[in-house]
Amino acid sequence: MKTKRKVGINGYAGYVPRYRITPKEIGEVWGKDGEMMAKGLNVESKSVPSPDEDVISISIQAAKWATERAGLTGDDIGAIYVGSESHPYAVKPTATIVAASIGATPYLTAADYEFACKAGTAAIQTGMGLVASGMLENTMAIGADTSQGAPGDALEYSAAAGGAAFIIGKDDLIAEIHHTCSFTTDTPDFWRREGQKYPSHGGRFTGQPAYFKHITGCTECIFEETDTGPDDYDYAVFHQPNGKFPLKVAKKLGFSKEQVLPGLLVTRIGNTYSGSAPLGLAATLDHADPGDRILVTSYGSGAGSDSFDIVVTDRIEEIRHKVPTIEEVIEDHVFISYSRYAKFREKIDIGAW
Amino acid sequence: MNIPRLWREIRQRYQGIGVECEPCGRVYFPPREVCPHCRRGSIGNLNEYELGGKGKVVTYTQVHEPMEDYKMMVPYIMVIVEMDEDVRMTGQLVDVEYEDVEPGMEVEVTIRRLGEESPSGIIYYGYKFRPTR
Ligand SMILES: [Zn+2]
Repeated sequence: MKTKRKVGINGYAGYVPRYRITPKEIGEVWGKDGEMMAKGLNVESKSVPSPDEDVISISIQAAKWATERAGLTGDDIGAIYVGSESHPYAVKPTATIVAASIGATPYLTAADYEFACKAGTAAIQTGMGLVASGMLENTMAIGADTSQGAPGDALEYSAAAGGAAFIIGKDDLIAEIHHTCSFTTDTPDFWRREGQKYPSHGGRFTGQPAYFKHITGCTECIFEETDTGPDDYDYAVFHQPNGKFPLKVAKKLGFSKEQVLPGLLVTRIGNTYSGSAPLGLAATLDHADPGDRILVTSYGSGAGSDSFDIVVTDRIEEIRHKVPTIEEVIEDHVFISYSRYAKFREKIDIGAW
Repeated sequence: MNIPRLWREIRQRYQGIGVECEPCGRVYFPPREVCPHCRRGSIGNLNEYELGGKGKVVTYTQVHEPMEDYKMMVPYIMVIVEMDEDVRMTGQLVDVEYEDVEPGMEVEVTIRRLGEESPSGIIYYGYKFRPTR
């Protein structure tokens, strides 16, 4: 999919909560070898939101910084779409609260998106269409999650929190989005039914027929449509459910480890679900030079992938340090015990006080 | 906090919108109807003013007996902050250990969950403070 008019990113930012827990600490509680789990997942620690953080507060922080970095105000933003699988309300949009917090209300369109971990990149595509068609000047796309695994479940070792916001526009671009592709099938690899606190996963459906098939299919599609290959890109960002999968899929597609590492955050912050590929892109933009070309492929269970061919402009250097970079946000962290983690994540029922 | 009041105060609590008195330049947060210095001269001359969100800790304390909404955060820190605009705000200080807090410490506004009506009710969001990045 290619837009007829030039569109791209004119502001971006990401946020990750300050607390961390290690797989070793989690494993000790459940009688599992957490260190081995950490090695198997290639995840040294994962982020934990404090009790007053959720997808709305994470999205607000990312949205405020992205707007400030772009030099825009809420009045300039004509649409906000927030992709997440952990919206605090079942009915009442996250996007309206984010819009109010940056002063974008009332003259804008807004909605929440849901497509497991790729809802944020679907929001970027929607923004591209609205801007390229001339309907709006600037739109905002956010991917954020505060995901949980059931206590003792394998997902508990990696399910983390974080998010990133992108302003999609046509002027003052820090990166142009040249092309996008999607690859979508009906695959039952991971789901959560209404009213269930924790998700379920389809065991053997989760690797090859899900993550690898969709990311490979989508990336090969963008290679073909843009007549490019792995050597044409300086960096590549893939969805990061753990630290192993993105490196494995990168290798399979012909990318080197060096192209992937600047955006590979999962090893330190865990799987941020809808925040995963967006945070990886934000970290890569922090790192990139003008002219650098970035390939991004997200993945959402259920299942689908979105790929983007992005080229960084000279303007990146002007705005990069106006707000904290992803590295600066991640640097400020503290490790917590499982008991404090359980308290934070409301795994303790304190009943009526 | 009831829903109509929550809704009326949204701009104040999410964006830090106060007022600036045109005759004397003083900033007030929360917004006032009249400037106590200019009195009648300020009527109709108080304009909306968005705080920059940065300030310094004046005084702080650790709370052990929480309000209902803060029970999962015990113990937590409350601070009085002198904002760059010369107004004082009170709020919770997060993302820092009590031992590391000191008067004069630079802090910035962060929007967090303040509480909820009930598990099926409205969730309240608003400002807290954290160490400046
Ligand atoms: Zn006055």
